[in-house]
Amino acid sequence: MLEVGLSHYLTVAAILFTLGIFGIFLNRKNVIVILMSVELMLLAVNINLVAFSAHLNDLTGQIFTLFVLTVAAAEAAIGLAIVVIYFRNRGSIAVDDIHAMKG
Amino acid sequence: MATTTTLLGSYNPILPEATLVIGALIMLMAGVFIKKTNATTMTFAAIAVISLAIAFLYLQGDVSGTMFSGSFIMDAFARLMKIVTLSASALAVFMSYDYMARGNLWKYEFPVLILLATAGMMMMISANDLIALYLGIELQSLALYVIAAFNRNSERSSEAGLKYFVLGALASGMLLYGMSLIYGFTGSTGFAKIAASVHETGVSTGIVFGLVFLMVGMVFKISAVPFHMWTPDVYEGSPTTVTTFFAAAPKIAAMAMIVRVLYGAFADIAPQWQQIIVFVSIASMLLGAFAAIGQTNIKRLMAYSSIGHMGFALVGLAAGTESGVRAVILYMIIYAIMTLGSFACILAMRRDEGPVENITDLSGLAKNDLTMAFLLAMLMFSLAGIPPLAGFFAKYYVLLAAVNAKLIPLAIVGVLASVIGAFYYLRIIKIMFFDEAGEPFSVMHGSLRFVLLVSGFAVIGYVGYLAPLEGIAGAAAKSLFQ
Repeated sequence: MLEVGLSHYLTVAAILFTLGIFGIFLNRKNVIVILMSVELMLLAVNINLVAFSAHLNDLTGQIFTLFVLTVAAAEAAIGLAIVVIYFRNRGSIAVDDIHAMKG
Repeated sequence: MATTTTLLGSYNPILPEATLVIGALIMLMAGVFIKKTNATTMTFAAIAVISLAIAFLYLQGDVSGTMFSGSFIMDAFARLMKIVTLSASALAVFMSYDYMARGNLWKYEFPVLILLATAGMMMMISANDLIALYLGIELQSLALYVIAAFNRNSERSSEAGLKYFVLGALASGMLLYGMSLIYGFTGSTGFAKIAASVHETGVSTGIVFGLVFLMVGMVFKISAVPFHMWTPDVYEGSPTTVTTFFAAAPKIAAMAMIVRVLYGAFADIAPQWQQIIVFVSIASMLLGAFAAIGQTNIKRLMAYSSIGHMGFALVGLAAGTESGVRAVILYMIIYAIMTLGSFACILAMRRDEGPVENITDLSGLAKNDLTMAFLLAMLMFSLAGIPPLAGFFAKYYVLLAAVNAKLIPLAIVGVLASVIGAFYYLRIIKIMFFDEAGEPFSVMHGSLRFVLLVSGFAVIGYVGYLAPLEGIAGAAAKSLFQ
């Protein structure tokens, strides 16, 4: 019988985190997908923190997770607000269109 | 002061932070409930709040110690860096109200957001725990994302905000992942306990991985290569007053945070992070020197210039010695003075039809306004590192620290980058003094003239007050090594 241990949680978190990073860089379509990828990265971190917290028998990690969740909510709100004003000015939120400045 | 101390007891060290947050909330309420808020009144209210915070810091004397179960630390280093950060924020707000009002950009949220960002920076400087550090960084960053996109009717400003947000969120994610690994492999989030654990177990793969991710997140905040991509676009797209603020205060706070994390928690594995810092430092100095050469927009040029300067400041950090940290502190103070002065000139680049930002718009400035041209030339000489101006001493001390720490190749790259970088600073001087005069700029606002005069004379007269500033920086560096 396979026992699920710390390394399994860390592996899942590492995979999710990598998916989040690739979601930001490989996605050429839509800024909303980038916001989702950022959330994915933060959630991967939360899995890490909770897994370590349980493994170390120390509550700090879970407290940290609560703070991360709160900040992630605030960050999503501000991110969406910026996407909305960008859309008003540009009429598009396609990643390929974001190139008014270069160099 | 006696009454405050007894009133708030052991909470005295966080009075400056409390002042900023309470001040920001009161101003927010005033903005919401008073129908017509005056730009000048709100600006000076924000400056008063910041001055009060500086006064509290000054009156604390030499209070040092930790609070909130060791997650907040107050020492000479934190006090000096906070005073510099607060002064930079106050000057940025001071220079902004005329520009914002003329461009129809003024909203009462602007000083409020600057106050909140500054409170976040102070938390970053004083953080002695990963959670406190993360919350400080996010309080600062969330406010900065919003003010980058402050001109919400402009496509470029909203694009600057969007780019800064996406890359900033990515950096926060990396930072957090590093923090989670460090927590897991050392068993604590407090810097003191992390340091003890690192001291005991030495280098382990998990800790090094965590440290690398953590440093990615922190290096992003000072915009050093290879995490500098956002800087030119954000500097160019944001309203110039926002760029002024971005170029000074957040950089000082982020550099202080890096110094605190590396020396407070990871001093025992210095050889591990020194390699990273040396690489980042060399890459930033070279990119800052080469990429700025082809720029036509002065804000973009200043962005590359600031990337280069962060590389130089990191040279002192790479040295890993107390004199190296002293050099970093001095560098950041002098950098802030030079940057604020230069941006006072950039803010003054305006004609009747509105602000202009091309380097060629400065042509023949010496014939139109000799004082401004002379002081800007002095600032450019100082940024290039020409003696006896302040910028020379800043570079001299970081390079000296690197040489003393046997990092000769790093010091050589530093000198070469400085010579290459001198080209584009001297080009600006050439354009101002030897090119055909263009149409003169509109009259410079008093606030800009004041900041330009103060910073210009500080840069020129640096030799006169050299000793006290070096002593203060030395005492601040010493407090980190106890």
